Amino acid sequence: MAQDDHSGAELTAADSSHAAHESDASPGTALIVQDAFANPGFPPHRPRVTDEDPKREKRAQRTVYTLFYLSALGSLWAVAAYMLFPMESNNVGDVRLNNLFIGLGATLALLALGIGIVHWGKAVMVDVELVDERHEVGGSPETQAAAAKVFADADRESGFTRRAVIRNSLIGALVVFPLPAVVLFRGFAPQDELPVPLLSHTMWRKGTRLALDPSGVAIKASDVTIGSAFHVIPEGLAELEHGKLEEKAKAAVLLMRLDPSELNQLPERESWSYDGIVAYSKICTHVGCPVALYEQHTHHLLCPCHQSQFDVANHCEVIFGPAKRPLPQLPIAIDDEGYLIAQSDFTEPVGPSFWERH
Amino acid sequence: MSTASPTTGTQKRSFTTAAAVYVNERTSVAGFIKELGRKAFPDHWSFLLGEVALFSFVVILISGTFLTFFFQASMAEVHYDGSYVPLKGVEMSVAMASTLDISFDIRGGLFVRQMHHWAALLFVAAIGLHMLRIYFTGAFRKPREFNWVIGFTLFILAMAEGFTGYSLPDDLLSGNGLRIIDGLIKGIPLVGTWISFLLFGGEFPGTQIVGRLYSLHIMLLPALVIAFIALHLVFVVVHKHTQYAGPGKTQQNAVGPPVLPVYAAKAGGFFFIIFGVIALIASLFTINPIWNYGPYDPSPVSAGTQPDWYIGFADGALRLIPPGWEFVWLDRTWSFNILVPLIAIGIFIVLVLLYPFIEAWITGDKREHHIADRPRNAPTRTAIGAAGVTFYAGLWAAASSDILATHFSLTMEGVIHALQAVVILGPFVAFFIAKRVCIALQKKDREIVLHGFESGRIVRLPGGEFIEVHEQLDEYDRWRLVSFETYEPLMIRPNARGKITVGQRFRASLSRWFFEDRIAPVTKGEIESGHGGHH
Repeated sequence: MAQDDHSGAELTAADSSHAAHESDASPGTALIVQDAFANPGFPPHRPRVTDEDPKREKRAQRTVYTLFYLSALGSLWAVAAYMLFPMESNNVGDVRLNNLFIGLGATLALLALGIGIVHWGKAVMVDVELVDERHEVGGSPETQAAAAKVFADADRESGFTRRAVIRNSLIGALVVFPLPAVVLFRGFAPQDELPVPLLSHTMWRKGTRLALDPSGVAIKASDVTIGSAFHVIPEGLAELEHGKLEEKAKAAVLLMRLDPSELNQLPERESWSYDGIVAYSKICTHVGCPVALYEQHTHHLLCPCHQSQFDVANHCEVIFGPAKRPLPQLPIAIDDEGYLIAQSDFTEPVGPSFWERH
Repeated sequence: MSTASPTTGTQKRSFTTAAAVYVNERTSVAGFIKELGRKAFPDHWSFLLGEVALFSFVVILISGTFLTFFFQASMAEVHYDGSYVPLKGVEMSVAMASTLDISFDIRGGLFVRQMHHWAALLFVAAIGLHMLRIYFTGAFRKPREFNWVIGFTLFILAMAEGFTGYSLPDDLLSGNGLRIIDGLIKGIPLVGTWISFLLFGGEFPGTQIVGRLYSLHIMLLPALVIAFIALHLVFVVVHKHTQYAGPGKTQQNAVGPPVLPVYAAKAGGFFFIIFGVIALIASLFTINPIWNYGPYDPSPVSAGTQPDWYIGFADGALRLIPPGWEFVWLDRTWSFNILVPLIAIGIFIVLVLLYPFIEAWITGDKREHHIADRPRNAPTRTAIGAAGVTFYAGLWAAASSDILATHFSLTMEGVIHALQAVVILGPFVAFFIAKRVCIALQKKDREIVLHGFESGRIVRLPGGEFIEVHEQLDEYDRWRLVSFETYEPLMIRPNARGKITVGQRFRASLSRWFFEDRIAPVTKGEIESGHGGHH
């Protein structure tokens, strides 16, 4: 900044040659053409209509102040709209009107102001272009030498280079001093908990009834007709005082009933379903979105976030999309009263993969 | 500035003069005014893109400050009791309830909230376009490499601001966004599980995340953005603005209207125009209607979920991974379906960040460059840019793969496979086309300089032949077409010890790739020797 002493020089002072005064910095592989055209210099100044025609100038001035008056009107209108369009009626339409009319007032105020100022600058203010001379950003050799001398003096006076033991121990101390701050971050999560055990278990226990999401009403096997799908939570989750969302984020389940003949079950999991009723974790094994879209006639589940598709008829294996693992299956049975219950917790962690999972 | 000289003002001084003297004697501000007040500021519509970004950020600060007076960043559960009837009695976090109150119970609150959101979308978009302008005109070259890095850092900070802000209302859509972030983080080897655990203060979603994001959103990130913007602008002053080639403009001057008054009027007016456009959009178009989504619940999700536009590329990258890219090795889970997008985006970001240094290394050009290139005059750079834009656009489109499929009645799988091809093959095609187009345009420029332009005047020659008369350009128009530089490919030469290093070879091959096909500007000699010796 301090080098610009030529700010505001007249237009005619421009260099006409492209390469004149260029520094001795290497041009690299740039081709320097000896035979190049010379810069013709600035073209003649072209006056604006407002410079030549006093009527047009007057009109431009009128336009500018009219816009400013309009802007003030817009501001006043926005204030008036604040009062004229209340929204205390519990009616969404009133909110819309309040938003619209305050907004349009503010818009008029701002746009008229902005266009007015720009028009003033372009049509009325003196139309002059100035030429600033550029200087090498690095500054003059004297400045650079003076700066280098400052460092050399400081180094000599402090002994930063000479007193190596002091310097190195300082660096050592500086490296260690942020460590306590890093350790403090452990307190970001509860001190008495570890992530992996939490991720490995859900609220499902042996005998927990399957209940409707969100009402928490237990589901009877006889209510589940072929082709239907239910969004399910463990019974008792809806009544939890604390950690409801955390439990739900792991325990959410989709319950579907297929024609048993269409169900292709793994041999070791044949006892996990009941009469064509199967329960799978609803939490995508990709990054954890709820796999909420069930296409009944294909038995496919689709995750709306990244389009992973799972085939319910084939133990929810992935048939498309970025997920790798099948949705974990919840082993279910029925109790004496005919309600669907879990046989146990999930046999593997649900939801997105994590490093310690295996 | 003022008419009276401040030091000799013993006679009657106007109030403004007196005030100016009073302030100056306590601040030394006169030096700044003298230095900066009449600086020439080069003018071009494309220079306004950075201003759009700056001004929309000011709107974000103003509207955001208003919102902080009402928003409560708490995840404590309450039963909603505001004016929006359909959600009355619904259990939700205080964050969600206070956002609903801003929208339905505070007059003008929805307007400010929508301005804040629209301005944020515009902010990121303007930074992106501004960066494309800088890239395609080579305005990142010495001495502006650091400013490119600062600007790109701002782009990333702006996305971080956007994402943290978007997550604050704790509605269903933003909660699913956080769920995706949680899943992403958990996929990082070694530290992912713990980072997620610490970030969310225990298990997802926990009761901490909104408050933590709020601290980032209104304190740490804005402080960084403001600091980087300040640095960015200081460098604009230090370097002076670039200018496009034109008669009279050289590497040694900066030509334009003075900062005071014309540039200040145009820029100041432009601020109000940007503010006004954002206000207009906010009064007419709804953005992020959280009342339709409802509070966050890990179980439901609506089809067609979309992040804000600037996060789309990352979400799209996740969608494009084919099935099965995850396995267990050494008793640990390696989630390449998450790592590959993260690494690909990481490499992309690093390449963009370092591009000025890479190009400088290839050309070996150590001179300062203050004249912005026309994109056609740097064909390989422009082609690389086109390839990068195609790659980004492919990822971005993938974030809407489901919407594309439903709107155009295509299969989900077909859309994904097509976009996989766009992301992998598209950049090569775009590179090739852009480079050919640039070279063709350069040839056209040469043609015009050598043979003039078609005047539209048809003349019948004595022999009966009709010709269209070509007219020569005047020297000013010609200068715009001939004042550019080309580089030749680097010749491999042994170094001082008589060796050719691997680095040399690599640099030479890159240089060949950059500059093998090149069109030189027309020289005086070519015109004088019978119009290029063509006829």
